[in-house]
Amino acid sequence: MNWQDQFHLIGPALALFIGAGVVLAADITRPGRVPVWGLTLIAIAIAGLYTLWHSVTGTRGAAFDGAIVVDDFSIFFAFVIVTTAAAVTLASRDWAVTFDQTPEFFALLLVSAGAMLVLAQSVDLIMIFIALETTSIAQFVMAGIARDDRGSEAGLKYLLTGAVAAAVLLYGFVFLWGLAGTTELAGIAAFVAQGDEALRLPLMLAFVLVAAGFGFKMAIVPFHAWVPDVYQGAPIPVASFLSVASKAAGFAVVLRVFYVGLGGGGTFIADDWAIMFGVFAAASMLFGNLGALLQTNVKRLLGYSSIAQAGNIAVGLAAVAAGSTLGPSGVLFFIGTYVATNLGAFLTVLVVSQRLGSDELSAYAGLIRRSPVAASILALCLLSLTGIPPTAGFIAKVYVFNAAVRTDEMWLVALVAIAVVNTAISAYYYLRWVRTMILDAPADESSFAPSYAAQAALAAAAIGVIFVGLIPTPLMAAAQRAAEVLQ
Amino acid sequence: MSVELGHYMAVSGVIFGIGIVVALGKRNAVAVLMGVELMLNAVNLLLLAFARFGAAFADDAAALSGHVFVVFVLTVAAAEAAVVLAMAVLVYRRRETVELDRINLMRW
Repeated sequence: MNWQDQFHLIGPALALFIGAGVVLAADITRPGRVPVWGLTLIAIAIAGLYTLWHSVTGTRGAAFDGAIVVDDFSIFFAFVIVTTAAAVTLASRDWAVTFDQTPEFFALLLVSAGAMLVLAQSVDLIMIFIALETTSIAQFVMAGIARDDRGSEAGLKYLLTGAVAAAVLLYGFVFLWGLAGTTELAGIAAFVAQGDEALRLPLMLAFVLVAAGFGFKMAIVPFHAWVPDVYQGAPIPVASFLSVASKAAGFAVVLRVFYVGLGGGGTFIADDWAIMFGVFAAASMLFGNLGALLQTNVKRLLGYSSIAQAGNIAVGLAAVAAGSTLGPSGVLFFIGTYVATNLGAFLTVLVVSQRLGSDELSAYAGLIRRSPVAASILALCLLSLTGIPPTAGFIAKVYVFNAAVRTDEMWLVALVAIAVVNTAISAYYYLRWVRTMILDAPADESSFAPSYAAQAALAAAAIGVIFVGLIPTPLMAAAQRAAEVLQ
Repeated sequence: MSVELGHYMAVSGVIFGIGIVVALGKRNAVAVLMGVELMLNAVNLLLLAFARFGAAFADDAAALSGHVFVVFVLTVAAAEAAVVLAMAVLVYRRRETVELDRINLMRW
């Protein structure tokens, strides 16, 4: 395969990386006079169109000696990540001009998103590691980019936890490589399929280390300690990017490594990692929801909420390991709906907090009278996070829980019971927020509306939530197509 | 008695253990970074030991991917250290400390 074809396969990521370079170079040559925001949007649009081109022309295949592939799975996540990057860019226009590092912020956003595209395409341990670290290091800097007290604290905490997680992940990778003798996931799958019982313990050690490293990206308990602090301290656009794109990329790579590399259902160690993810899921849901009950800061509340949501997705991972045929597509479908829902919630918080100058829950009192658009979109997203029909969140929960119950494993049914109880707990703090916005008296009556760019992003998220809630089949079909590739 | 894979694995395990204890136990940001560097060095040692002694490799080319991996780990470790130190300097300028116990604006 010649080099043009190889670069064609990583075209979307390449567009984002080149965009990052252009944004930086443009600002160096003509400081402060280049519309970096527009350049960023153009780069993201090119990446999106390129992905669409891959999708409709049926461009599939492997490149770079089998380290990178383009398949329905990678294209699904490319759409998720590009959409998130576009929405975050749109909504952060007004915020990004409030500090000096605007071009750097957008360049880092592009690099981070580009590396995530590569991450979803990687089928080789070395490639996965490099893509993961590229996206992580860019995010560490983004978390501290505002250079205020809380931002720098969030950045340092995120960075140190991330560095430890990366080292643990690597140690697991080395064991996988040393045992299987190859860095390719397909080779590791072939090795695991031999089912050598003597290797059960070393393999378990390896995948526990790997799960710990990825658990940091997915933000599941017990690797969640950074989440509330970083979401509260980091700028809101960064927090929304982390909570959606970073988490989605984390689950993408976990599906690749565990489902492809370690084999779903069929292999002799599948039960071991099924139970591991089951424990993670239960702990994440309980801890996230109980933590969120006490919060008065909305960013921190959304941080705990995102831990609980990761727990819901991990229920799907446990079902994958237990051999559920619906499991992989359930995880993908949940991620698709979670993106629209959580983006909507975070971006409204961005718009509103900037206007109110506060991200305390009490500041949201009577928001419906001050900004009906923002309040109703936020309320819709909160209902979807709770899982109330006819929103996307409801369908996603039903899909994933159904996948888990259908395996007929008693412990998975128990896990779903825990998940349902947790949904009830989560309703308390989500609906309390909705009630504050609608029923409480506002502190002052001045009304405001989000900027047009932010309104576009919010409207897109809201339409996504409603559309998938009413007509889930297109996204479901896409998720199933993407999941089939992995088998 | 010759030095074999098992010995390297033991040394690497000990270094990794020391690294993780330092990284999770120390309260100074720079000391945590030192712990992480120890962990990464344990990774590198294990990579090279597997490449030299590993039974799983069909040929030298397969083992060579371990050497390539080491180069990438070193590169990423350097990038990470640069960002940690920059962030530590930023925090120090604002707070005059890099003790994690005292960097606690946000607590649940």
